[in-house]
Amino acid sequence: MLAAFDNFPALLIWFPLIGGLVAFFIKDDHKVKSWALISSFLTMMLMCVSMVFSGNNYYQLNSVSYIWLPELGSSFALMLDGMGRLLCLLTAIAFPLIFIATSSNKFVHASKFYGLMLLTQCGLMGVFLAMDALVFYFFWELALIPVYFLASFWGGEKRMQAAFKFFIYTFAGSLFLLIGILYIYLKMPEPSFSLVSFYKSTISLAEQRCLFWLFFVAFAIKMPIFPFHTWQPDAYEQSATPITMVLSGIMVKMGVLALLRWLIPVFPDVIKEYSPIVIGLSVFGMLYASFIAIAQDDLKRLVAYSSIAHISLMCAAIFALNESGLQGVMIQMFNHGINIIGMWIVIFLIEKQTGIRKIAQLSGLALKAPVLAILFVVIAFANIALPLTNAFVGEFLMFRGLYQYNVWVAACAGVSIILAAVYTLNMVKNVFYGVPNELTNTFKDINLSESLVLCVIVAIILFAGVYPSPLLGMVQSSTNVILNQFVGK
Amino acid sequence: MNAIILSAVWGIVMMYAGVFLKQQSTLKYIAIAGTVLLIVANWLEFAGILYIPIDTKGLSANSTFGLLFNTIALVSTLFYFLLSGSEIEKINHYTAEYFALIFFILSGVAIIAAFQNLLMLFIGIEIISIPLYILAGSDKRNLKSNEASLKYFLMGAFSTGLMLMGIAFLYGATGTFFIAGLNAGLGEPTVLMMLGMVLLMISMSFKASAAPFHFWTPDVYDGTPTVFTSFMATIVKSAVFIAFFRLFDGAFGKFHPQWQLLVAIITALTLIIGNVTAVFQQSVKRMLSYSSIAQAGFMMLSLFALNNTAKEGLLLYVSAYSLATIGIFAVLVKMKDYSFEGFNGLAKQEPLVALALCIFLLSLAGIPLTAGFFSKYFLLAAAIKAKTMFWLIIVAVVCAAISVTYYFRVIQAMYFKESDLPALMPVKNGFKAMLVITAVVILIIGIKPSLLLSLLSL
Repeated sequence: MLAAFDNFPALLIWFPLIGGLVAFFIKDDHKVKSWALISSFLTMMLMCVSMVFSGNNYYQLNSVSYIWLPELGSSFALMLDGMGRLLCLLTAIAFPLIFIATSSNKFVHASKFYGLMLLTQCGLMGVFLAMDALVFYFFWELALIPVYFLASFWGGEKRMQAAFKFFIYTFAGSLFLLIGILYIYLKMPEPSFSLVSFYKSTISLAEQRCLFWLFFVAFAIKMPIFPFHTWQPDAYEQSATPITMVLSGIMVKMGVLALLRWLIPVFPDVIKEYSPIVIGLSVFGMLYASFIAIAQDDLKRLVAYSSIAHISLMCAAIFALNESGLQGVMIQMFNHGINIIGMWIVIFLIEKQTGIRKIAQLSGLALKAPVLAILFVVIAFANIALPLTNAFVGEFLMFRGLYQYNVWVAACAGVSIILAAVYTLNMVKNVFYGVPNELTNTFKDINLSESLVLCVIVAIILFAGVYPSPLLGMVQSSTNVILNQFVGK
Repeated sequence: MNAIILSAVWGIVMMYAGVFLKQQSTLKYIAIAGTVLLIVANWLEFAGILYIPIDTKGLSANSTFGLLFNTIALVSTLFYFLLSGSEIEKINHYTAEYFALIFFILSGVAIIAAFQNLLMLFIGIEIISIPLYILAGSDKRNLKSNEASLKYFLMGAFSTGLMLMGIAFLYGATGTFFIAGLNAGLGEPTVLMMLGMVLLMISMSFKASAAPFHFWTPDVYDGTPTVFTSFMATIVKSAVFIAFFRLFDGAFGKFHPQWQLLVAIITALTLIIGNVTAVFQQSVKRMLSYSSIAQAGFMMLSLFALNNTAKEGLLLYVSAYSLATIGIFAVLVKMKDYSFEGFNGLAKQEPLVALALCIFLLSLAGIPLTAGFFSKYFLLAAAIKAKTMFWLIIVAVVCAAISVTYYFRVIQAMYFKESDLPALMPVKNGFKAMLVITAVVILIIGIKPSLLLSLLSL
């Protein structure tokens, strides 16, 4: 039985799990910090090694399946497929970056903090790897528990309410998901929760119509899509910044991936029917969130609303249901994660030194911290999806997909790019340019490790912006799997 | 049969032990020994060994389902004794009698897990109820305890009356007390029979505290000494549900479509009233009594569905629910303050106790990795399998989401709020270890429910 655990997907779950459990027992603050860093580095190394062994020849190394609940027909099936691999890569890269960027900060109860963070990583990996609906549901919920504790323990004054709102929203959503999964499962000719049998399931049109919404609500809450987004700004603002990075950088991708893997191919007959509604909601949410972002004075809330806009675009592009849209979404999941983590790191660094996040009170940071300013401007450009940045590739493909779907939808969605430029550049102007005031006069430039982290992020942004074809190659197989479900429909 | 006889005998042993033993604290160990013996005896019956073969003339017969439930109830009782046995000594000096009464209740539990005849059902229910009236009023100097006892007695007597009337109607309609005979006897449902069935349903709902017959529950659970509330809300309630399920599965399974809507309405009401009212409670003990109503609503789903999955689910549910609730009550007894604020800062002061309590609460809320998830999973699957009245499943799911609010209030108080005052009375290390063991059992069932369910196919 042990043999089942010595391949990449299983190890990607075991590494952070064991790392997290060990972290709880390290009482020394410094040691636990180093331990978390080492543990997350090991996971990253493992992920990098697994990239070498990708492809059909290494099927054995990239998938695992052993029987878990024989009477239910559920097996513990994991696989590193195209988009799952990309998101695991994001998760594996993001955690060490987050740990280094925030290493100067002292967290109370450090052992619990790092332990829970690593457990979250474990849960996220599980969601991205699961090839069995029950396993998927397990990890979907399990990722939530450590995040709930993280968000209620560290953060702003109203963190408890915000975290609870987040928890209730997602928990209610996932219960609907559970009903949906159970319903399909009970329709199977023989009991099985595997993804393959879900793809083959024969559900009548009327049933698909109901089940679609059960699944969609669960995923839409997680992403979040208008009108299920109300938990998000509060949760992002109130949580401590490292937790916000996990929430916005990686956790929302759970929803996007779930749409791509568990919703679109499972209900192929009704997607076309409902795509106008979903795209309508998404495009409205994009514009709505962008306008609110323009009016925000709090850096965290601004990025939170900007994130809603970006995620809504992904959702719209998914439902456009063509090759370039899907490819765009898949690589944008990775890019958006990198970019937004970069944004949060900068906000974290600003808040750490000045203690404030109000845009109106900050000014002239560029004079005091030129390195930070340069790196941040690149990240801000990526947030607007300027050419040569990674987001441009993804957004270009997504807009092309939307354009193929409907010109007017693409035009409406396009407005949000302009709005993104308005709020992002406005923020850059107010915070970094101008004359330093008494609050920012003592601002010091960032130290070596912080600039290293931002440099890595900027390097990824530029690399993926100039040479995106490795990413595109990675997700090609996943796009084909989805589109194959629609052949002849 | 083994368990019925042994538990009745052991009750008498406990009473004599109280007379001859000077030390009160040894009684607990005799009770624990008795429970272990009972578990062994029950397992022997599983293996087909009866130490006293008795011809019951078909009045009661043990099925795998009943025996497995017996095991669950006995193991829960063992956990209950190990966790809260010493609290029974603290109520007043009739310790031996209280232990004896609990063993008599166990005898009743074994009877209603095996009944094949309505009279046996009636006797079983009464054997359970009468000791409970005494236990509810055991804190004699406390007005609330007296109120609880009286209320419970009046309500119990009333519902017993209804039950007898229902049985009489059924006898009038079919001429038999045997549940197999009831199911086979009639082709067409008659008015008399339906009336008898509805009366039985009402009286069982009374006992199981299903809405709208739940009004006695919060007051009784609140007034009864906490250590006995724990027993009432878990093992007794589970037993009543098993009887409820066996009765309606065995005797009225044929008319399931006719009474399914009635059960669906009771289920929905129980879920909504239990969950919504629990949100507004200020005392954890009262919250737990409403939560027990809410959980009863989920168990009612098994009656609504009435298929094999429901059977498995009900067993899993009662074990998950009983273990978690016994654990929570065991901690609650040791709390200084029963309000939510009383739990403030517990995680800092007693991390292990808080962790175990957290797992119990997560299990009641139905989070994966805990036994509570699979129990909810099976009952939802059973209800979906029933293929009618999908609205009930939506109600159940929404209510499950609501339940998170009040369970998490305790977690929030323990982990995210501070307090300088010690929340807990001093506890022994053995108690903490026992709590952790209970939590581990819940996790094991949550990861591999097959361990429990595979016994059903023995």
